[in-house]
Amino acid sequence: MHTFLLFAAAFGASTVEMVEALTIVLAVAVTRGWRSAAAGVVAALAGLAVIVAAFGPALASLPISTLRLAVGTILLVFGLQWLRKAILRAGGLKALHDEDAIFAAEVGLMRAGPGGSTSDRPAHDWYAFTVAFKGVFLEGLEVAFIVVTFGGTQHNVGLAAAAAAAALVVVSLVGVVVHAPLSRVPENTLKFAVGVMLSSFGIFWAGEGAGVSWPGSDASLLGVIAFVLVCSFGLVALLRRSGRTTRIAVA
Amino acid sequence: MRRLSQFGRFWYDFVVGDDWTIAVAVVVIVSITYVAAHAGAGAWPILPIGVAAALSVSIGRAASSHRRDLTEPPATDAGNPIEQGR
Repeated sequence: MHTFLLFAAAFGASTVEMVEALTIVLAVAVTRGWRSAAAGVVAALAGLAVIVAAFGPALASLPISTLRLAVGTILLVFGLQWLRKAILRAGGLKALHDEDAIFAAEVGLMRAGPGGSTSDRPAHDWYAFTVAFKGVFLEGLEVAFIVVTFGGTQHNVGLAAAAAAAALVVVSLVGVVVHAPLSRVPENTLKFAVGVMLSSFGIFWAGEGAGVSWPGSDASLLGVIAFVLVCSFGLVALLRRSGRTTRIAVA
Repeated sequence: MRRLSQFGRFWYDFVVGDDWTIAVAVVVIVSITYVAAHAGAGAWPILPIGVAAALSVSIGRAASSHRRDLTEPPATDAGNPIEQGR
């Protein structure tokens, strides 16, 4: 069960980051050409592989309780940030993340950039290369962080890396099929679920690292997930109700 | 130097994000849990309840800021922080 939850959390979190990277890469490739964009993607992936290879194994040599305390705390801060945004979006206080709008904005920037028209574009387009590289490298760094923290805490970097690889395959296939921004993925639902998972793992691991004895041991992780889920739905319901009351008062 | 600060900014935005009070609350709650667990107390409820409280306070602050903006026209360009791409 624990292994499945670890895989699911790493897969979900990686998927969200990869969707964002793919939106940028597609915008660059569609407007400026695939060759330089693909070169940027390959260079970014190579850079990420070096970073993970350098820092991943170092985590395995740290004492497990210290690692769980540190990673659990960071994961909790990180997960609550996702969950907070997802709750605000679900409650109607924040605009939904619109991949179509992001794609349109990226395309506009590409066309306005140097060599925006095909006639004056060089054979190797450094602009397209740099934008694709930055998009993949920064989002990939976030995926690497997820893999190293999730995997490192469970001493199972391989499983977390496999989840990220599975997410890469799924997102790439969807990207090839739709050839457009991935707005069809219900992003806020995914972010909500991932926020709940990250926060729950953060609570569980930070607790274990701090020396807490969870009732029911590992099985209590399910209870923590249920608790976080109930609290989150409760907050969304409260926001929606107070939003209706405010709109009536303003009208 | 500029690149170093951009790198630091990236990690701050990535991990801490919009509301730094959540990060501070988490560190305080984990520290209390650590002390309670090492004092032999049944410390396990502290973390989930503390985290739920910190999240509720943060959401409540965002909601009241949003309500203020709906009921009062903004006096300056500051506007609603939630709508400013936080």
